[in-house]
Amino acid sequence: MIAAERLAQVFVELADTLTDDFDLIEFLQLLATHTSDLFDARAAGLLLADQRGRLQVMAASDERAELLELFQVQAHEGPCQDCFTHGEAVVNADLTQAHHRWPTFAPRAVAAGYRSVHAFPLRLRKQTYGALNLFGTDTGQMAPADTKIVQALADIATIGMLQQRAIQRGDDLTEQLQGALNTRIVIEQAKGMIAQTHAITPDQAFNMLRDYCRRNGLPLTDVANRVITAPASLGELMTPA
Amino acid sequence: MQRLCRAASTALPATGVGVSVMSDQGDPATVAASDPHSATVEDLQFTLGEGPCIDAYNSGSPVMAPDLAVAARVRWPGYGPAAQEHGVQAAFAFPLQIGAARLGALDIYRDQPGSLSPETLVEALTFADAAMTGLLDAQQHSNEDDAAPALDDALDNRFELYQAQGMVAVQLGIGLRESMIRIRAFAYAQNRPLGHVADDIVARRLALETDP
Repeated sequence: MIAAERLAQVFVELADTLTDDFDLIEFLQLLATHTSDLFDARAAGLLLADQRGRLQVMAASDERAELLELFQVQAHEGPCQDCFTHGEAVVNADLTQAHHRWPTFAPRAVAAGYRSVHAFPLRLRKQTYGALNLFGTDTGQMAPADTKIVQALADIATIGMLQQRAIQRGDDLTEQLQGALNTRIVIEQAKGMIAQTHAITPDQAFNMLRDYCRRNGLPLTDVANRVITAPASLGELMTPA
Repeated sequence: MQRLCRAASTALPATGVGVSVMSDQGDPATVAASDPHSATVEDLQFTLGEGPCIDAYNSGSPVMAPDLAVAARVRWPGYGPAAQEHGVQAAFAFPLQIGAARLGALDIYRDQPGSLSPETLVEALTFADAAMTGLLDAQQHSNEDDAAPALDDALDNRFELYQAQGMVAVQLGIGLRESMIRIRAFAYAQNRPLGHVADDIVARRLALETDP
């Protein structure tokens, strides 16, 4: 069970970001990290469906390539795909017993060291927008009270996504969603540029990028854009050692 | 590209479709339109220096203007009324870009106000993807005739491809757009799937040459 005080802190911090300069990617990133910390999950990620109904990775608690791959594969098959299709949570799935259910996803997840997986829908009324995905390294069951809390966090993600610029029309959501998907690609390009500059892996590059953002109190999206448009303004981040 | 615009114009509930190529330096240009009338409307944005296509290019998000009479007053005081004079009542612009590698935008025009239906939107995005792939193909010079099947679409959602794009850009000191073209050209020339080439670049098993 989660400490109420810690949980309250997380909700306040998330609510705090719902301001005028709201950045969807930053928000989802924060949510993924907190969800992972709160539940001792080994990893958490957020996937959103694009306009074609394909799930796309938007944020992850850490950006190791093998983990990102596990999220990406769920565009075709896996707990997030099931959760998105049916609009219902997939809870406490034992990955070692899931080879029939998810023949591509389950063996990869097991090979990456995970034993359990959960997926919670990002849903408002009848519409499902994506899923919040948690991985664990043991097959322990998530307590019913905890599943309610994770669903509440998923609901916050949905509210956060839909509140930006007071989305009232489907057209607004299209603009925002497609924009955010593109921003996620910009972050990957920035990771590649940092990786090449310092002769490190893209995973390490992401950590450098995130640390730079934290130290300077800057949003991830802004810094990723500057990596591409104005690298000289970023000091050591874009200067070869 | 003109064929694509005509096909889009017929398939979608649209009165016209146009594709423009833009860059951060230099003048933008309309490359294709479904019909001469749409080409005129497309060019209008560049004459006036404002419009949905320019905004889509700059923001990286689609720009949906289901009613130009409303949008005209605030967003595009010049373009709005001018487009309406040409009989356009609604305009929808989709950026043609991969992350920060920007090529241009695809515009859909309608003579009646109203939003695109979800089905139409999916079709529009599919045409935008096709236009994107077409522009990338047109910008690379190497043997276009063969190997095309080995290369799936440029927009295959694999993060390694975008990371490779960033790495090659820094390594060769070029922009992201050119970097994408170089990686694709290499994959074509070697008749290898784009994803495999990207994986090799990210793993540093492969470094593209300074000049092809």
